[in-house]
Amino acid sequence: MVLSDRDYRLIEAIQDGLPLSSRPYADIGARLQMDEQAVIERIAALQEEGIIKRMGIVVRHHELGYTANAMVVWDVPDERLEEIGEQLGAQPCVTLCYQRPRRLPEWPYNLFCMIHGRDRGRVLEIIDEMIASHDLREIPHKVLFSGRRFKQRGARYQ
Amino acid sequence: MPTTAPMLEHQDSGSGSAGESIALNDLEKRLLDRYQKGLPLSPTPFRDMAEELGTSEALVLQILQRLQRDGVISRVGPVFRPKRIGASTLAAMAVPAADLERIAAIINDFREVNHNYEREDHYNLWFVVTAPSQERLQAVLQEMERATGLPVLDLPLERQFHIDLGFPLWC
Repeated sequence: MVLSDRDYRLIEAIQDGLPLSSRPYADIGARLQMDEQAVIERIAALQEEGIIKRMGIVVRHHELGYTANAMVVWDVPDERLEEIGEQLGAQPCVTLCYQRPRRLPEWPYNLFCMIHGRDRGRVLEIIDEMIASHDLREIPHKVLFSGRRFKQRGARYQ
Repeated sequence: MPTTAPMLEHQDSGSGSAGESIALNDLEKRLLDRYQKGLPLSPTPFRDMAEELGTSEALVLQILQRLQRDGVISRVGPVFRPKRIGASTLAAMAVPAADLERIAAIINDFREVNHNYEREDHYNLWFVVTAPSQERLQAVLQEMERATGLPVLDLPLERQFHIDLGFPLWC
């Protein structure tokens, strides 16, 4: 889909969040000289096209005490990648599940999952449950807990 | 105008500043669990949410304003799909421990870097790089290798198996 100038202005207007008011789309429309229904329809279209993945409450889990996160990387045989990727991606506590390339010999891992939890113990428990319930004992993996954040900038569409 | 790919949305929170986390009441938990995935796309989304939760629009707005002010939610709004425009990759470096802060600072100085964090591994520095094009992305990675004297592991997304819907608050 080709985005129009108006779409870009709309994205710019909503990317830091909707106004927390009774008629948020009308308020945005007033700023952009669009009517409320047109704002709603364009946002729906951007979602339909997958430009906007979702509209929702964007929670900062760290502030709620979800301070532990681990990237778990797996060396999955190519022929099982799709099956295992889909299984792990459907786990409720897995927030991201991506295929990435191996870089041999340094890096044999081709499936990456992000797991968040209240503490390390809980994250390891979640990983153990995943391994047990999906029979992943034979799949080499390693767990990379996060340490310091040196830089984190929010998602912008600029 | 957009030139770079929007970033992976999930906050890759470090484990550094644990301690003063904010406790939510039952209504707040239900609100966050239910509406991370989507909002009613009606002219009055907050009134619709209040009706579904059996409370008032005023209270929903008041809760959201407070949680946003306290930084528990970053916004009520869009999450953009990654990799739609431009090019991006996840990159990693194996940095000698004593050099980590210095090298991290060099990487931070690149405006193409959005997230940069430590992980507990031989590959201990992980960062996301975005650029308007694949050529520019590769040039930036090379500049990083020159500036740090260390090789960069370039691990671009090939396939996404997860539709990001936020995650439940019981994990």
